[in-house]
Formats: sequence, C-alpha cells, structure tokens
Amino acid sequence: MPTKIEKDEISGQQTTGHEWDGIKELDTPMPKWWLYTFYATILFSAVYFVLFPSVPFVNSYFGGILGYNQREDVARRMEEAAAEQAPFMQRVAAATLEEIRGNPELLTYAQIGGRIAFNNNCAPCHQVGGAGARGYPNLADDDWLWGGRLEDIHKTIQYGIRNSDERSRQSAMPRYGADRILDQKQIGEVAEYVLSLSGRAEDAERAARGAQVFAEQCVACHGERGEGNRELGAPDLTNAIWLYGGDRRSIVETIYNARNGAMPAWEGRLDAATIKMLSVYVHALGGGE
Amino acid sequence: MKAAADEREHEDIVAAGRPKVVETPAGPLYASRVRIYPRGISGFYRNIKWGVLAVCLAIYYVTPWIRFDRGPGAPDQAVLLDITNARGYFFWIEIWPQEIYYLTGLLLIGAVGLFLVSSLFGRLWCGYTCPQTVWTDLFMLVERWIEGERHQRMRLDRAPMSAAKFARKSAKHAAWLLISLATGGAWIFYFNDAPTTMVEVLTGQSSLKLYFFVGLFTATTYVLAGFAREQVCTYMCPWPRFQAAMLDEQTLTVTYQAWRGEPRGKHKQGDSWEGRGDCVDCRACIAVCPTGIDIRDGMQLECIGCGLCIDACNDIMGKVGRPRELITFATLASQAERAKGHEAPYRLLRPRTIIYATMLVAVSGAMLAALLLRADVTLTVIRDRLPLFVTLSDGSIRNGYTVKIGNKAHEEREFRVLLDGAAVAGAEVSLGEAAGVSGESVAVRADSVGTVRVYARLERAAVTAESLPVDIVLLDRTGREVARERTVFRGPAGRP
Repeated sequence: MPTKIEKDEISGQQTTGHEWDGIKELDTPMPKWWLYTFYATILFSAVYFVLFPSVPFVNSYFGGILGYNQREDVARRMEEAAAEQAPFMQRVAAATLEEIRGNPELLTYAQIGGRIAFNNNCAPCHQVGGAGARGYPNLADDDWLWGGRLEDIHKTIQYGIRNSDERSRQSAMPRYGADRILDQKQIGEVAEYVLSLSGRAEDAERAARGAQVFAEQCVACHGERGEGNRELGAPDLTNAIWLYGGDRRSIVETIYNARNGAMPAWEGRLDAATIKMLSVYVHALGGGE
Repeated sequence: MKAAADEREHEDIVAAGRPKVVETPAGPLYASRVRIYPRGISGFYRNIKWGVLAVCLAIYYVTPWIRFDRGPGAPDQAVLLDITNARGYFFWIEIWPQEIYYLTGLLLIGAVGLFLVSSLFGRLWCGYTCPQTVWTDLFMLVERWIEGERHQRMRLDRAPMSAAKFARKSAKHAAWLLISLATGGAWIFYFNDAPTTMVEVLTGQSSLKLYFFVGLFTATTYVLAGFAREQVCTYMCPWPRFQAAMLDEQTLTVTYQAWRGEPRGKHKQGDSWEGRGDCVDCRACIAVCPTGIDIRDGMQLECIGCGLCIDACNDIMGKVGRPRELITFATLASQAERAKGHEAPYRLLRPRTIIYATMLVAVSGAMLAALLLRADVTLTVIRDRLPLFVTLSDGSIRNGYTVKIGNKAHEEREFRVLLDGAAVAGAEVSLGEAAGVSGESVAVRADSVGTVRVYARLERAAVTAESLPVDIVLLDRTGREVARERTVFRGPAGRP
C-alpha cells in the first residue's frame, strides 16, 4: 500500500502506486452492478447450501432442508411417463397379436414401442434394424429358423431358444466330428452334398457319397431335400441364407462342431405387453409371414 | 453549459449537413444521460404520427382476434403461430416448420423494403412505425396527461417528494404498467387461441409458461418505453449505425435549412429581418425532440426522422411572420444548391433506389412464386442404413426405405408409392405393415405426416453395381405424380 494517495492527472482516479516502465495502474473500483451481482451470487450460494444437498460427509451427505433428491426426481418422472403410457400398455396387454395388427393406433404404438425395446434389449446381438450378424439371425429377411408368423416370433421371444426354460425352443445338432460320429472324409462328402443343394458342388461323385451320409444322419431334422424343419429350428440348406457362413469351410466346421445358438427367454425380464410390441416390431421388419 | 457549447459548435457549421467535428475528449468517454422532457406539439407531422401510432397499435391488439374459418380440425384464428403443434397460420397460408424459409423471405422483404424506404425518405421506420417509437410515444402521451407539460414535469422532478408528487408519479407508473400488461398480454395471443387464452389467463388457469411470457413482455415494454426510451435508439439498436450505408445526398431527411436560418439570433417584434437568418433561436425544435437533440447541428445519429421539430418550427415561423419550413424534409444535395441560390429537383430514381427496388421485386416475386407453387405433399425418403440391404432366401436383394409423406391438405388422402429408374426396372415394391397401409396404397391423415416402410426387391442378377440410382415416386388417387425423391438401391460388392 502506498503511503501517499496519488491521483492520476487525466482521469482524476487514484492509482495503485504500482509502476511498470512508466505506466501506472489506476485503482478503478469494480462497477457497482458487477459488485452487487457478485454479492447476490454469494448470497444465492449460501441459501442454496442450506436448501439443497451440499456438504459431503464420509458415508452420507447433508441433504438440504428441502429434501430434494435427483434420484427420486428421475424415479418420479419415470413413473409419470409410465403412468402416461399405462392406458396404451394395458390395451396392448389385453389385445391379441392379431387385434394389435388390426388397430391402426395400437399398431403404431406397438411398432414404436417395439423399436425402443428392441434397441434396448435385442440390438446387441441382432443389431439395430434386425440386421443380424454371423450366428445371430437377420430378422429382416424372409428365412425363419423357428417360424416367421406373429405368434411364432412371439413364442421365440417369450421363451427363447435352447436355454434353461423348459418351454424354450429346443433342439440339438450332434457334433459329428468332435464326437467321432462321422470321420473327416464323410464330413467332407456331406459338406459337398450340402453345397450341391444350392447348386454349388464341385465334385458330383463326392456329393453323391455325401448324399448317402446325409440320408442316414441329417434328414431327420433337415428334411429329405434339405429344406429344413421349423419345428426343430433346422435351417433350410437349399437357399441363399447361411447363419454361420455358406462357404465350404464354414459348412465343414458346422458339421464338425455343430452350432446350437441360444437366445434367452424374455418372459420375466420384459412384461407381456413389451414382448407383444417386440413381436409386432420384428414381424414388420420386412420378413414377417 | 450545453447551450453554450452548442453555440460554439454552430459557428463551425457552414453548410447544412456538414459533419460536426468532434474533438476526442481527454476525460472519460462515458456521458450520463441527460433527461429529456419533450414538449407536446401539434401539427402536420404530429398528426401523421398519431395516425400511424393508432394504426400500429390497432394492428397489434386486434390481429389475434380476427377469425378465419379453415374447416374442422384446424384453428379458426387468422394469425396464429402454434408452437405446440408446429404450424404457422396466416389467413389462407399455413406453413409447416420445414417451410421456415417463408419467414426468411418475409424478413428479406422487410429488410430490403426498409432499405428502399430509408434511401428514399430517411428514417421513416424509426420515426413512425418502430415499436420502440410507437410505445415510447404512447407512454409520453400518458406522462403528459398525468404530469403535465414539459415545464411542469421538470418542476415536478425537481420538487421534493410530497403526497401530490407521489400520487402523480404512482398514477403514471400504474398507467404505464397497465399498458405494458396489455402489450405483454396481447403478445401471447399470437401463439395461442386468443379467446380461450384470454379467459384462462384472467381466471388464473393458464400455464406458468404463459404467465412468464406475459410478465417478460410487460417488463420489457415498461422498461424500454418508460425508461430506456431514446437510449434504445442511440445505444442499443444497430439500425441507426448502418443506415448510413442506405442514405445518400439525395435522401429526404429532416433538415434545418441553415442557408435560410443563419445567422440566428433573438428577434424582437418590429426589428428588421435584414442581414440575419430566420432562426430566432427559440429552441422549440429541441424542446419537442423525443431524442433531445438540436436538429440545427445537421444530420445526426440520434435523429429518428419523426419531423416533430418541423411542426414546432412552423408554429414559431407563423408567429414571427416568416415563411414556414425552416426545418423541412429535404436532401443534402438540394440544400447545397439552395445555399447557392439554385433550385434542385428531388431525384427519386437513383442507382441505389433502382437496385433496392429491383431486389424488392425479385425477392417478393420469388416468394410469391414459391407460395403459389407450394406443394401440399412432401416426400422424405430415408434409406435403411442397417441393414444396408437384405439377401433373401432365393438370393435376391431387398432394400428398405422409410418414406415419410406429409399431407398438408385438410383431408385424408391416399397415395401410391412407386419406384422409378432404368437400373431398377424389374424391382418389385411392397409396403411394410403400418397404420394406413392397405395393399399398394397408404392413407395419410389430414394435416399430418404418415410413415410407411417401402421394400424394393431386385433379382441378384439385376444388381449390377453396389449402388443403383432410383427415384421414389408418389402418386395421388388419380394417378398423378405429386412428389419424387432421388435415392439409391444398394447391393453387395462385385458383380453377380
């Protein structure tokens, strides 16, 4: 602090007494409006500290005298949203799948709600839009392992595939190579025959030998002409769609180790109305029957 | 002090309009506001200003109450910006949010129109029609009614607080607040159905949001028209700053005819007018000025071009028996000529005005054409990105598109969706299951957007490239094409 108050000649303002290379700093007071705004914010923070959660303790915190809690706020808003949806959800729950299809309002609601539920629950495996991935069926095409009618899809979602729920869709392909049911040569021949079903065989003689093995081992599930069986989730081997790859190497690998993909049961995880909405949504992805 | 300074400066002004030379002051640049007490005046320009004020206020308050029948299911308010339902109604025009460019066009017309008017007649907008001017004028009128004329108001402000002063001041602020409340209240009617909103607001049943906006516009009206006044024009508004680019020496502005008025001086009845100007230095022009300036200093940023000083001066000129229009609407060029004793005609046609007029006609024409050719159907195609395409069991390729059809008509309409393009000639089209879809056609409800999934299937052999151009075409019930949107058909890489 300078002992003598020095006034600037031009502005008449007093200086701080600091000088740098002949330039002196004016001791200009804060603008009043700024200062009062600043005091107001201090006052605001003090009030806020008392009213709202503020001081953290070791295992808890001071919750504020208003008792406000963001977590409760979110929960309340979720409840409000659910309450607004409730009339629709009740109607969806009460209606049959065909009734939902026939009612424009419910159909739109189910398709939008189904999309949200799908993206939250199904998209990790089946991808957004049901695009699918290797081992996870594409839900937008016209090939269905367990059936593509609305009620088939509903049942698959409800109980799942090859899981611990006894109502789930069950079937198992033997591990022909790993369990030594067929030898390497036979597996190669069956693969050749399977390729021939979609017109891609390179060796007709091997394919003919494979046909015999196929007749003994595979027809029970995949059918005499390899057309598949939806009761057992046995894929159609004659078409262009291959869940685990349609090249020779992938087919050999499938026969050797089997695949037996699984899907969880969603009953119990999702409510009945959501499962219905999911069914309607998946059915409308493009391949519904 | 100020008057003396003004006197000194006047000597520097040789011809009207010559810019004032202002020396950079040594002290602080901040100047406290000098309170302005405009005197009441009557006359030609004042009458025009009252008329414009009445018309502007009437338009503002009455417009939301005009009804316009649009049939069932649509609001019957002629001018309504329905934010909740995202529709703008202007009599027979109805715009959707996607058509906000109509608003852009309107603003363009407004801007170019303002340029044209400004280059021809100066700041008519500022002086007569700007809301700041209109409401300030209204507030000043109320002030004059309650607190009296200029000298009475000045005396009242200087007087110590008393019961009488408090009563007058309270009455004035109450009246101002009432006007502000009516202004803020009318604002919300442009965004909500006026009759129902009026009842709701008055009975306390309206939403907090609406009360907030009423309060907000009440507060801004009260502060801007009651207190900020000419400071809005001088310090806040950008228009005075760049209007200089619109004006030229042929623009009509409020002008003190210095060649006639100078040298000024007090004049006693019976004195000769020889060797002196007509200006008797009565300062009436300053007393009536709503921005408190001296028009005799020439063209100034603060001048809003209202012409009240003309009325004031004409009044005085009549009394002292000199010709009227010492202060008048005139151009810089004409003043320069008259100072030399010549007459100068007013030139309406100048490159500047021709360019502005051409722009105005072009923009208005484009807007009118856009409005007349406005389609009542919109088509938006969103190609599926996941899956990009689907291989079907027979090997053919299918693409999915989400097609959004906006039906701007007030009736439900049916559309057919087709695929058009040489590359996809054999494509098979089907519509996804959705509300309104039946077979090949989709019904879209009145004044809404319908969404439908469109699937296009093409034999693998026909998919000759990763991306094939394709148009999605919308036909109405009669088979007429109403909309078309270009997109692509995607397939696997490599030739089949």
